[in-house]
Amino acid sequence: MLYREAGQFKTRYEADMAVFPIRQDVIGIALIIAAAYILPPFLGHFVIGTVLIPFLVFSLAAMGLNLLTGYTGLLSLGTAGFMGVGAYACYKLTTLFPEVNILVWILLSGFFAAAVGVVFGLPSLRIKGFYLAVATLAAQFFLEWCFVRIPWLFNYNASGAIEVPSRALFGLPIVGPSATPLTRYYVILTIVVGLTWIASNIVHGRVGRTWMAVRDMDIAAELMGIRLLRAKLLAFAVSSYFCGVAGAVMMFLWYGGGEAKDTFSINLSFTILFMVIIGGLGSLLGAFFGAALLHLMPIFLKFGLPAMGVPLGGATAEHLTHIMTGALIIFFLIVEPHGLARLWATAKQKLRLWPFPH
Amino acid sequence: MLYSIFVDPFVQMVELPDLLVQVLWEGVVAGVLYALIALGFVLIFKASGVFNFAQGIMVVFAALSLVGLHENGVPAPLALVLTVAIMYALAWSIERIVLRPLVNQPDIILFMATFGISYLLIGLGEFIFGGQPKMMITDQLMLPRGAIDLQILGGRVTVQKLDIAAAVIAGMMVALLAVFFRSTRVGLALRAVADSHKAALSVGISLNHIWVVVWFTAGLVALVTGIMWGARSDVSFALQIIALKALPVLILGGFTSVPGAIVGGLIIGVGEKLGEFYWGPLVGGGIESWLAYLIALVFLLFRPQGLFGEKIIERI
Repeated sequence: MLYREAGQFKTRYEADMAVFPIRQDVIGIALIIAAAYILPPFLGHFVIGTVLIPFLVFSLAAMGLNLLTGYTGLLSLGTAGFMGVGAYACYKLTTLFPEVNILVWILLSGFFAAAVGVVFGLPSLRIKGFYLAVATLAAQFFLEWCFVRIPWLFNYNASGAIEVPSRALFGLPIVGPSATPLTRYYVILTIVVGLTWIASNIVHGRVGRTWMAVRDMDIAAELMGIRLLRAKLLAFAVSSYFCGVAGAVMMFLWYGGGEAKDTFSINLSFTILFMVIIGGLGSLLGAFFGAALLHLMPIFLKFGLPAMGVPLGGATAEHLTHIMTGALIIFFLIVEPHGLARLWATAKQKLRLWPFPH
Repeated sequence: MLYSIFVDPFVQMVELPDLLVQVLWEGVVAGVLYALIALGFVLIFKASGVFNFAQGIMVVFAALSLVGLHENGVPAPLALVLTVAIMYALAWSIERIVLRPLVNQPDIILFMATFGISYLLIGLGEFIFGGQPKMMITDQLMLPRGAIDLQILGGRVTVQKLDIAAAVIAGMMVALLAVFFRSTRVGLALRAVADSHKAALSVGISLNHIWVVVWFTAGLVALVTGIMWGARSDVSFALQIIALKALPVLILGGFTSVPGAIVGGLIIGVGEKLGEFYWGPLVGGGIESWLAYLIALVFLLFRPQGLFGEKIIERI
């Protein structure tokens, strides 16, 4: 009933083509962002640490992959590798130049991932579809190998793990052992909001349209004067930038250090691809939906069901999680192959017309 | 530096030919197993256009069912029969529950659905049979054990009897499949479906039925692969990462070619063992994990449709 656009007249083309053409959407987004900033202090450390922070990190990575797979149509299974590049770049930079603020390094480390992404994106000019997916697997396994075999990357320490140093912003520790989950949450939230805004502008602009033309049919796009080399490599670069930042954020603000081989493994690549496809290919909102579904469901099964009185052992819960994840993936694909974002769009359309069917 | 990359390995190969033969044999054995997994992929991709990510999991699931049934007191031959029945039930339910509602969706959606299947199978397998690695029932299935030492080329080459059996059984299975495709009614229908879905439908071939047959055949291939692989190491879900090696094999051979899968498997198997043994030490070892993908990648740059794949023609 509240969701009515009656009386909202568009008098300019820009207003009609706006990202959120309906006033209620703008208010809704503003409310969500405001809630994301205001509510967390009232939530426990557990909720922030195991639900909100991972959700934001996964959303960021899924958004990055969505730029590549959803918008440009290039299937990639090397996401975790690019995230790892971001994490290691950030680690090297902050140990080499400790006086520069860590936030600068987190945002810059994405550029290293972008460079690596461009190199591994080169084959995409010649090969497509599933063949490209396998080619990006080469990136994944090669990078994983580098993380273990090149001791320079982890500063020759004995454990072979990234050790996150303590760094502060305005005197407030934001990474390292002394940073509270709440501070880390705010840092991540700000990064994610900022990058989402940038991504939204990219995909709604000229570059985004170029990518979509390439996705729909690259030969036709080429004939229309789009340079495939530039478009595809740019997609790899931007996508890898997002993934790299997500990797750095994951290591520094969520895990607080650890062994990258286990963290940035092929399974993470698959998980993020699931999120993108379940959420909806070619939709930024879908990245958030997918991350929420695939991250929250295991947590719910692990903590929610015992709380509701359904007894579950640790191992059984894990097996059930697998079964449920698989069943849900199939269920959602059958219900709506275009992902949760499309379901959401359909629901919104229904709401606009409610209570009339047409 | 250049010497140690381009000359030294070959000098080693010539000086110690017995070692070279041993490495080549290891490569062939690994290659046979990659080829078997790739074969399952190719069968399904040809007939239904589905890129079946779950093939690796099906291998584990089949082996796990076999061993699990035997552990629960079912005699080995009966367990084998029951496992075959399980694979048929699996093929039938995949077709009925997953594929049928998703007919005509884009490839990536079907690909994603097989991801869902693989998650489901991992969960089910662990739920029913437990997550610990298991021993394959090698003796009960009358597979040979032990090794043969061959005295050739002035040295000694050790060959596991089991590996010979694996190679022979794999060869027999491929031959059987070839006969099945060539001279049975169902096989003919399968080939028709692989050529064109629409044309096959129009001459009265039931696609649904064919898909069940194809997934069941892939399930049988998975069972054989699972037995062989399980006998070499043990039955565990760690195998799913190794099963990813079937992907470069597919690329090398082409997604639609059965001979391609076999030749590709052998090339990848031999290539990665040679690379690991002779060039690996130069960069610190462990290159086996990505060398196969790199070989496939380099190969793709020159022949995007694979060794035996159909030429990709794009129209606007």
